[in-house]
Amino acid sequence: MALHLSPRHAAAAALSALALTFGAGAGAETVLRTVPSSDLKILDPIWTTANITRNHGLMIYDTLFAMDEKGAIKPQMVDKYSASADNKVWTFTLRPGLKFHDGAPVTSQDVIASLARWAKRDTLGQKMYEAMDSIAAEGPNGFRMSFKQPFGVVLDALGKPNPLVPFIMPKRVADTPADRQIEEMIGSGPFTLAKEDFRPGDRIVYRKNTAYVPRKEPASGLAGGKVVHVDRVEWVLLRDPQTQANALLNGEVDMLETVPSSGYAGMRTNEKIELVDVMPAGPYTVVYNHKVPPFDNPKALRAAMLAINQEALLRAQATFRDFYKPCISIYLCGSTYASDKTGFYTGKPQFEEARKLLKESGYDGKPVVILLPGDSPALNKLPAVYGQLLKQVGFNVDVQTTDWATLVTRRTKKDLPENGGWNAFITFWGGVDASSPIGYSPLTGNGDQGYFGWPTVPELETLKSKFIATTDLAQRKEIATRIQQLVLDNGVLAPLGEVRAPTAVRRGVITGLLPSPGVLYWNVQKKQSPQ
Amino acid sequence: MLNFLLRRGLATAPVLLIVAVIVFLLLRMTPGDPAAAIAGDAASAQDIARIRMQLGLDESILVQFARWLGQVLRGDLGHSFFYRMSVTDLIGQRLEPTLSIAAVTVVLTVLIALPLGVLAASRRGGRLDRFIMGASVLGFSVPVFVAGYAMIWLFSMQLGWLPSQGYSRIADGVGPWLRNLVLPCITLAVMYAALIARVTRASVSEALTEDYVRTARAKGIAEWSMLLRHALANAAVPIATVIGLSVAGLIGGVVVTETIYAIPGLGQLTVDAVLSRDYPLIQGITLFFSLVYVVVNLLVDLSYLLLDPRIRY
Repeated sequence: MALHLSPRHAAAAALSALALTFGAGAGAETVLRTVPSSDLKILDPIWTTANITRNHGLMIYDTLFAMDEKGAIKPQMVDKYSASADNKVWTFTLRPGLKFHDGAPVTSQDVIASLARWAKRDTLGQKMYEAMDSIAAEGPNGFRMSFKQPFGVVLDALGKPNPLVPFIMPKRVADTPADRQIEEMIGSGPFTLAKEDFRPGDRIVYRKNTAYVPRKEPASGLAGGKVVHVDRVEWVLLRDPQTQANALLNGEVDMLETVPSSGYAGMRTNEKIELVDVMPAGPYTVVYNHKVPPFDNPKALRAAMLAINQEALLRAQATFRDFYKPCISIYLCGSTYASDKTGFYTGKPQFEEARKLLKESGYDGKPVVILLPGDSPALNKLPAVYGQLLKQVGFNVDVQTTDWATLVTRRTKKDLPENGGWNAFITFWGGVDASSPIGYSPLTGNGDQGYFGWPTVPELETLKSKFIATTDLAQRKEIATRIQQLVLDNGVLAPLGEVRAPTAVRRGVITGLLPSPGVLYWNVQKKQSPQ
Repeated sequence: MLNFLLRRGLATAPVLLIVAVIVFLLLRMTPGDPAAAIAGDAASAQDIARIRMQLGLDESILVQFARWLGQVLRGDLGHSFFYRMSVTDLIGQRLEPTLSIAAVTVVLTVLIALPLGVLAASRRGGRLDRFIMGASVLGFSVPVFVAGYAMIWLFSMQLGWLPSQGYSRIADGVGPWLRNLVLPCITLAVMYAALIARVTRASVSEALTEDYVRTARAKGIAEWSMLLRHALANAAVPIATVIGLSVAGLIGGVVVTETIYAIPGLGQLTVDAVLSRDYPLIQGITLFFSLVYVVVNLLVDLSYLLLDPRIRY
């Protein structure tokens, strides 16, 4: 039977169809709302070592190489590469069709400018450029690095996942002096920053980069095909842990990048929520000031390390047994260079030996100042417990509570504690930071030029240089183990064990999260709420 | 009147200057270095020193102050160390949520507190009076975070009527704007209404003992008319003062409420700025708050002219 429509009805039907079409299009936009682990304040990823800025960088920029979930460095923007037998000459070709968000092609000139700016700020980048003879373009898509001496960690440098990451920017942006922040947020990554929606301290919005061409391989860690399944990602900043939990339970946000241990009890039994281990655990470490008494004395230093009781410290800070794991290696347990060759260090208290050493050190009983960051829920219990352990050995301890901003300033002071200096502080590292001797900031032995605490262990620097020169994994492992022994013997730092912070998602709504050093938003799919 | 406004206007400048000097000096005396916070945890001492130099923090305090004061006199509050945005723009972005909370809370407060206060005064010593005053003690005593979480638990988590957090801009529609404001504003209104109801009761009670009330009653004026047109009108000055201070307090920072409900207002901005030692932002916000207090006080003083014709400036 033929269907007859009056012109009026036909017009109405057509309008309805149009409305449905456009309405469906608008309504079908998939928005993923997530609570980041901290506020994004600085947008230039070469300007700060803050992880949140690195994570922002991963959204909008791409990298030449990237680390997969097994820790292997894989090509990302690079199509092909090769190294000479002596690791002195490295050549690279970019993938065809790479484009920045403004439509301009990515060229080798962009890469060279980006790497030059990055190397002015990044420690490993500086080492790479010090060893480098030249870096030159070979056509629009190729470039060559020549080194004065063998440099085996080129791929580790170009694919490093911990800040500062060598993100590739357009040359005009990368030509910004390294001591000035960039103004233009243009990359070639899988998302674009919606600057008009950027509300500092409240909300950061990213849109899918529809022009992005992912690699063909499946996504793995930071490597592989960065396929985006959502149209828009909103980072919603919620400071209060209870507010975060409420928002997730109410479906106002879809995920929390990290669940604090205080919110864990309520979430792990809630059927609406699923806890996922995305990011690797990370270690806590004590950093000692080698410049002032008593830790300028190796015997007092060792006494303080022998007082450490990892289990007690971790239990106090992380509360739940499945949140923490004692680990005596300075490298992340289970990572490539982790080793159980730790000499005297067991992570368990050896009070008798410690008391004996402290007596031999001639410690004068002056207060040992440990800094406690009261505003940092992830760190604020450890110093008090460590203070008690040191008291049991015979140290006179003064745990001074301050805020994190004050702590990071105070740790730069080399004065005596009574003049505003310090003796020890405890901090946390991302697992990826602590996975290799070259990316782990506190592993320095060059005194005043090194990390806070300023230990002088020249052999440590020599070993790091040897590590950098080789590509041989067995050789690297051996060097890394020797570095660990040096670090512990000289009290460069003391590992306190590892904690993890799971990611919380709405069960059945969010899938596809990839194990990675930070929460990634490609490969993630959002379904409608089952409620 | 013009003379009064001129005098008050001129008095504002030294107040703001004194506030500026004190805040500037206090910030420099407080431990904590914005450069270290910017550089991040893995940064070296050299990185921090370089950032200090770029921010001009290595210069003498006098030079830093002179430069900042020069900027302020040109109407420029400087740039945030962290967000790289002008302080004026940042304050502007956060002003809307704060003003929205303040406005809705004050309206709610007045609507609740004035009738209750007048009612309590009119039944002074009676059961209703005791009930209202008891409730107001409770309202004033319950900490804001307790009231806030209780309301979220009931209206968001259990009943699902309202969002538990966030702010929707008025440009995105009055409906969503109001939906997001209901819970935080009720949370605050409970406390402010309790305070203002008590002040209203006390003022109206006092007015009810005056001769003109007795005269009015003797003339047979209806009780409600006498309460509203005579007693309340004469008791309005202290009530207006408390309302004015409440408005200034609401604009000056309702940090706990903003944190519980994740509202990106000026209170939250202030806390963030202080924790990260964002000097230009803290200085700018403090100046702004000082100005708010000065203006609100002026408006309260001017309101006395309307409320009590006997007052002259």
